[in-house]
Amino acid sequence: VNISFTKHTLDNGLDVLLHEDHSCPIAALNLWYHVGSKNERPGKTGFAHLFEHLMFEGSEHHDRGFFQPLQGAGATLNGSTNADRTNYWEVVPSGALELALWMESDRMGYLLPALTQAKFANQRDVVLNERRQNYENRPYGLASMALLAALFPPDHPYHWATIGEIADLEAVQLDEVHAFFRRYYHPANASLAIAGDFDSVRTLDLVRQYFGEIPAGEPVPAVRAAASLAGDARLYLEDRVELPRLYLAWITPAMFAESDADLDLATDLLANGKTSRLYKRLVFEQRVATDVSAAQNSREMAGYAQITATAAPGHTLAEIEQAILDEIARLVAEGPSDREMERGRAQAESQFVFRLQTVGGFGGKSDQLNAYNVFVGDANYFDRDLQRYQSVTRESLRQATARYLDPSARVTLSIVPRDRAALAAPDSAPALVA
Amino acid sequence: VTITRARLPEPGPSPSYTFPPIEKSTLPNGLRLWTVHHPQVPIVAFMLLVRRGAASDPPGKDGLAAITADMLDEGSGDRSAIDMHEAIAQIGAQFDTDIGSDATVIGLTVLSKFAPRALTLLADIVARPSLREEDFLRVRQLRLHRLTQLRDVPGALADRAFLKLLYGVHPYGHSPIGNEATLASMTADDVRAFHARSIRPTDATLVAVGDCDHAGIERMARESFADWTGASAGVASANGDLPRGARLNIVPRAGAPQSELRIGHVGVARGTPDYHALLVANAILGGQFVSRINLNLREDKGVTYGARTAFEFRRQPGPFVLQVSVQTSATARAIEESIREIADIRGPRPVTVDELTLGVSGITRGYARNFETADQVARAVMQLALYDLSDDYYAQFVPCVERITIDEVSRVMAEHVDPSRLTTLIVGDLDAIGQDLGGLGLGEPVVVAHDSF
Repeated sequence: VNISFTKHTLDNGLDVLLHEDHSCPIAALNLWYHVGSKNERPGKTGFAHLFEHLMFEGSEHHDRGFFQPLQGAGATLNGSTNADRTNYWEVVPSGALELALWMESDRMGYLLPALTQAKFANQRDVVLNERRQNYENRPYGLASMALLAALFPPDHPYHWATIGEIADLEAVQLDEVHAFFRRYYHPANASLAIAGDFDSVRTLDLVRQYFGEIPAGEPVPAVRAAASLAGDARLYLEDRVELPRLYLAWITPAMFAESDADLDLATDLLANGKTSRLYKRLVFEQRVATDVSAAQNSREMAGYAQITATAAPGHTLAEIEQAILDEIARLVAEGPSDREMERGRAQAESQFVFRLQTVGGFGGKSDQLNAYNVFVGDANYFDRDLQRYQSVTRESLRQATARYLDPSARVTLSIVPRDRAALAAPDSAPALVA
Repeated sequence: VTITRARLPEPGPSPSYTFPPIEKSTLPNGLRLWTVHHPQVPIVAFMLLVRRGAASDPPGKDGLAAITADMLDEGSGDRSAIDMHEAIAQIGAQFDTDIGSDATVIGLTVLSKFAPRALTLLADIVARPSLREEDFLRVRQLRLHRLTQLRDVPGALADRAFLKLLYGVHPYGHSPIGNEATLASMTADDVRAFHARSIRPTDATLVAVGDCDHAGIERMARESFADWTGASAGVASANGDLPRGARLNIVPRAGAPQSELRIGHVGVARGTPDYHALLVANAILGGQFVSRINLNLREDKGVTYGARTAFEFRRQPGPFVLQVSVQTSATARAIEESIREIADIRGPRPVTVDELTLGVSGITRGYARNFETADQVARAVMQLALYDLSDDYYAQFVPCVERITIDEVSRVMAEHVDPSRLTTLIVGDLDAIGQDLGGLGLGEPVVVAHDSF
């Protein structure tokens, strides 16, 4: 299985990836800018995401809302920002692809003349409300911020959350927005993928017309930073929750790096789903936890793995912490079973085939082509990506677990009900979240 | 090709979309089998629909249908609960249980090479669950813990309290999970009785969509579901008396940075002849990004991340509801603006030609993308079975929407939405907003206690 495509690089540096699939009369446009919150500086956090909002407020030749003409044409559209990249997409009926090209190219080439102080102030308010809704007013919502801050040092670009700190969002000025656009939003820092029901020859011609005239910008140097943990950073945060929850986290290899796939499978077999070791032990048998989960969160420069469990009433985070450490130690000592390996491979195969079902949107084929093109430098990576999972062995998984899920180099975060600091895992200090 | 930035390009015609044919048969036990060949990707999506859901919870047993659905995958025959999930995982299947007011849906999506094993598993889950006492006690405990946690989730609190305010003791008056008291009094026998009474083949439909053929699925289904028999008990008719409560209600949440709002009243049933007109009207009012309410509260005032409205169409009249989370300081103003927008679209500020065109084309032009994946097509087929819609429903949809006029939008909103009947619920910081609420003309806010819903 693979995603077939052709690749073309315009004179201004824009990468164009075309994948035809005529099974449904729709076409997907997906545009990545290789900029995320990792390109921000301390004191200026939240900027990349706030900027994404401004991209929907109109550009020089269509100085009105971005949504209206596209929704009228039957499109769905959205965008998202994470630490490493910002993406924008439209899924349109086949006949409206040119409209999407017009709109995307206009905001790539001609955003600033339309960007006013009023739009800027409005979207900053919207983002502050997004932050309230998804982080501040949500149970356990600040945990991810506390974890990142403890895992990565203050000058590391993964130290802060993409949504940003309130004070930084309130302090940002319009001229900084202009500078940000000029630095990062240009063809040489972007990758355009189109998938679905269209004709490649005609569409490439349109792409050249709409995007080819946009001047190449200065290449953006890769961000580099290193991080490592020494010891066990034990922290707690009080929140409006009923049940205490424990997070264990470790710094792990970057996306697509050696051991990334091993850790993906290791976290699955430890804590994802009812067949996982920790679910069986903590939720099913001992009933000391109400839920467990885990993930290898792999990013461009580094990853972090986390295991999360919520204490059942009457049980402590100390019990849960010990059980998690026991299961990690057992996995390191014995490795996974053949059955667990078979399960992991079957699930990986299914997940990859499931990913072939949609041309657009988050995670669709166009988004995947861009991810491979931007992060690997090779859009033709789908089958090799699957191969990474299929070539994991019992021994490679065991070794990755031993090396990276190290009990002596981790972050241990407790989220506890307000005024109940005593429910935190032992020896925890208050965490600071900005 | 030459391009111009002087104006937006007119979208060209798109190939029209035709919903694929549905092959149908009925097994000897009454189970309907509906399949669609959708071979783009080597996947089969199975969905088993039983037209009994939380509205079939017996009095005093709110949450029974949901916990029964939750118990189905807790083992069958020699298989323990863990073994069942091991079997699901060994074929890389995606397994979902979905429970609503009117239906329970068990979904299993797999690579087509695993379709026979998936179908056997699905039959074990739906027709032959173990429903053991010890598993019941564990699952119930987890649900009680979940309820404990939901006390701190503003959106969940709002949804649960709002249903109770609108519907009271009506079968739609509780969320599927039930509440602490009803769950605590429930037994494994209740679950077995519900399964025996309601999870039966006569009112069930097995939908299979993907890289599969009808005859093959039917052969396997006949075998797997052979011993599943019996007729579902009827659905109790709804008590017609809906509560007439306070207009303004609050679940206090001290120190909350936002107020979670629900504004609405009991709306219309899925079977209404005004369905398509209401879809268009809702798109314009609050159903899309460029709706009146979202443009007002988000893009103009900046007091929220997003606002939306919906008619929740069900077999009986479901709620019409506006939902939004706004910064605490803007609570009263957001309520005022929301109610004004709802009132205005009924006549004082009728839908314009541009709004109608956008609302209609937004729904019709992109229609094909709703049927891209096997799961999407299976869900669409399931809607036909759930609401007794005709086979040409999807073929008729676009022309039906295109026929909607401005007058019809005004008429259906005037007929089905009544600003004087709107119930408003706030989950928010009473101390911070209490003094602002008096000016709304909705009366004093009534505090809703946690144990009342």
